Order: sequence, then C-alpha cells, then structure tokens
Amino acid sequence: MELTEFIIKAIVIAVIFGLTLLIAMYSTYGERKVAAFIQDRIGPNRAGPFGMLQPLADAGKMFFKEDFIPAQANKWLFIAGPALAMLTALMASAVIPFGHTLRYDGVEVAVQAVEANIGILYIFGVVSLGVYGIMVGGWASNNKFSLLGAIRAASQNISYEIAMGMAIVAILMMTGSLSLREIVDQQHSGNWNIWYQPLGFIIFITCAFAECNRTPFDLPECETELVGGYHTEYSSMKLGFYLFAEYINMFISSAVISALYFGGYNYPGMDWVYTQLTGAFGEVAGHNAATLIGTAVFFGKALFFVFFYMWVRWTLPRFRYDQLMNLGWKGLIPLAILNIIITGTGVLFLEPYFTALLK
Amino acid sequence: MNPTLSIFYFLSFLTVLSALMVVFSRSPIHSVLYLILTFFCLTGHYILLNAQFLAAVNIIVYAGAIMVLFLFVIMFLNMKKEDEEAKTNLTKIAAMIVAGTLFVILFGAYRKSIIGAYNPYEYNSQVGMVESLGAVLFRDYLLPFELASVLFLIAMTGAVMLGRREVGERHF
Repeated sequence: MELTEFIIKAIVIAVIFGLTLLIAMYSTYGERKVAAFIQDRIGPNRAGPFGMLQPLADAGKMFFKEDFIPAQANKWLFIAGPALAMLTALMASAVIPFGHTLRYDGVEVAVQAVEANIGILYIFGVVSLGVYGIMVGGWASNNKFSLLGAIRAASQNISYEIAMGMAIVAILMMTGSLSLREIVDQQHSGNWNIWYQPLGFIIFITCAFAECNRTPFDLPECETELVGGYHTEYSSMKLGFYLFAEYINMFISSAVISALYFGGYNYPGMDWVYTQLTGAFGEVAGHNAATLIGTAVFFGKALFFVFFYMWVRWTLPRFRYDQLMNLGWKGLIPLAILNIIITGTGVLFLEPYFTALLK
Repeated sequence: MNPTLSIFYFLSFLTVLSALMVVFSRSPIHSVLYLILTFFCLTGHYILLNAQFLAAVNIIVYAGAIMVLFLFVIMFLNMKKEDEEAKTNLTKIAAMIVAGTLFVILFGAYRKSIIGAYNPYEYNSQVGMVESLGAVLFRDYLLPFELASVLFLIAMTGAVMLGRREVGERHF
C-alpha cells in the first residue's frame, strides 16, 4: 500500500471511530432531550449551554463512582463482560461504507475502514457475538436476577437473529452481492431497496430493536421483574460500558439500516450536484466535496433512525415475555419466509417482464 | 520467516493451547469459553487460507449460535464442584479408552493420507471466495447439498415434535 493511501485510510478510520463514539455519547443527551420533549418536560439544561456538557458530566460521574466487585463473583469474567460488550459493539462499524471515494495526489481511497466482499456476513457475525458480553457478565455476577436477565437476553437475541438473517437473505437475492459497498452502489439515484422490500424492512427494524435490547423489547433489564437485569451488580464505568455499548449498537444498526434499505450515501439529484461541484471546483476538489456531502447525508439518515429508536422507546410499552417469543417465532419468521418466496418470484418472473416492457 | 508463516504458527499455537484448556479446565463455563476461543483461532486459519466466506459462517454458526446455546444450557444446569467427585473410576477408565482409540485412529488416518501437491505459481488464490464456493456447491454438488438441507429440515421438525406439549399436559 502506498504511503499516501495508508495515511488517508488511517485518517478516515480514526475519524469514523471518533464520530461513532461522539454520536453514541451525544445519543445519551439526545435520548434525555427527546424523552423530555415527549413527556412535556425541559430535560437536562444545567451543564453548559442547553445542557450540552451533560454527557461529559455523566462520564466523569461514572469514572469517580466506587468500582465494586461482589465477593462471590467470578472476578475475571466479571471484568470481561463489559469489555466484550464494548468490543463487539465497536467492531461492527469496520465494513460500513460511510461514503464514496476521496481523491488525493492521484490516489482514490474509499470512505470505509475495510472493503470486504462478505461485509454483511461480517456484521451479522459480530452482532451474533454481542450476546456474549451480556451472558458472561450476567453469569459472573453470581446473582439470580443477573443470570435470569442474561438468559433472557440470550434467548431473545438467538430468536430474532433468525428472522433478521432471513430479511437480509431477501436483500441478497435482489442485489446478488454480499459486499455492503456494492449493495449501496446499486441503490444509486433513488433506486432504494425500501421500494422493493417494504416487508423485509419492517422485519429487519423490528429485529434490530430486539437485538439492541431496546424498548419495547428491553426484557433483559426489565426492572419490575428483574431489579436491573444483567447489570444489577455492576457499578461505575463497568455499568457505563454496558450502557454505552447499547448506544453504539443503536448507531451501528441505524447505519446498517440506512445502507441496506435507504441508499446509504446516495441521495436524489446527486448526479446534478456532482456535475455542479466538479464544474465549480475542478475534478478533484469537486469529487471530494460531493463525497463529503454524501457522507453527511449518510450520517443524517443514520441519525434519523437513532431518533426513531428514541421515539419508539418513549411511545410504546414493554412486551410481555411470551408475547415477545410469539412475535419472534410465530410472527416474524413465517413473514420472513413469505418475503423470501415473494422476492424469489419477483426476481424470477416479474423482473424479466418489466425489463422487456421498458425496452 | 515471512509474516504469513509466523502468523500461522502463532495461530496454531493458540488453537492447540485453547483446545487443551477446554479439556483441562475445572469449570464447565471456562471450558465453553475456551472452546469459543478455539473457534476464533480456526476462523483465523480460514482467513489465512483466503476463505472469507467460511470464516464468516464459522463465526455466525459456531461461535454465534451453537456456543451460545452451550453456554445457555450450562448456565441453567449450574454445575458445581461436587459433581466432579461423583464420577467413578470406571467412567474415567472408559473415557480414557474411548479417547485413546479415537486418537490412534486419527493418527493412523493422518499418516496414511496423501496430501496432493500444488503449484504455487498456478494456484488460484480466489478459490475460497464465496462466488467460487457457490459455483461448486450449486453445479458439482447440487444433489448432496439439497439432500443435506432436507436432512436439516427433518431434524428441525423432529426437534419441534419432541419438544411439543402433549394434549392435556400442564402449562408451565
């Protein structure tokens, strides 16, 4: 790899990593503001202008609280739990294409950490590992409620992973590629997958809610039944890591949803903007400016879904556990299979018909 | 030594070490966690062989689904140290004989097996990619592939039938 390419890649990775953490940090602030707005309150407004420094204050508080490890707990696994949760949450952003390419000094570098030809499978694998952080932490706490919370989390994640995988299968049947960049590139100029896969999108977003343990599926930390769920025994920054990992997962899943169904960095009229920019600033600078606008659009879409997560959290009540399992196994999985069959029929029969009609 | 070779040796060392720890750990939970580590090392080997699809599927299926179920069941059983003494000498000797026989068979098969030579200059490095794997599965091995999927479906239906509540059986 050339040195220039390497330096640009390193900067891109560092910026994406930093932005993920920053967005996750300000999601906690956003969540409290959205909750306050929905419940007709003001929300945090003391630390800094509009309470903007509230996340920093919270982090400082987390660090200075007493770090307590229960006497009967398995010490190493107790520490490994939050570390695993954080690690798996941060790993997933590696293959997400945040933008088109940047040109500098004759080198073209994609705004993406790693371009893997199995990108979507990588994300699916990392998501399926996410449950270990919760399970290990819940078991190592040596507490009945923690263990029950961990077991609930595990069974919920396994159940909803199946429907999620099947929703992705329908997308893959249409695009014919496992690479996220190629899936995004195929949705150029308003040709978004949401128009072809509305049912798949609903299944996917429901499963994403369940995978992130967000309301209405936050059964693993249901405080009326389980005290605090899997993180009952945790305090200080270990608890902070668990909560923070949830917000990172929210952002990552929002980014995946916008890449799979809402065209990623594509937006209507992007070709016109590209010609205007290259005309005004020249070939290289115009290309880079267009890429940056695309990246901003991508982040805008992802942030909308983060807001959607919060909106749902403060609107819908929590499911009962048997309702959750019934929805997963008897509702979403048959729907996902139906979606695959419809997609298969469409790809086989309708697509040749319509392409013949258009010619 | 070239970097690929040193990574290979490091990964192999880690694989064997974690596989041994699966056997030697006293606590079943630790055994399961070491087994997960073993699967990760195997995934590393797949990536070294440029078989990215197999690597991802290994993580999703083994580390992500099957081992979660293992962990799940062991957490429910909540095995304690007292169970360790319950095993009689007869069980231990029988286990030793079975494991030893398996080792001898594997070692014999390994010694007899013929590893095909390959030409590094004409070797197609893209053979492990998902496109070539799909072409092989759906062109050359279509019937075995479909039969295996039917077998899985039957096993799944059978499991659901066995776990089903009988008529008149108590709920919870």
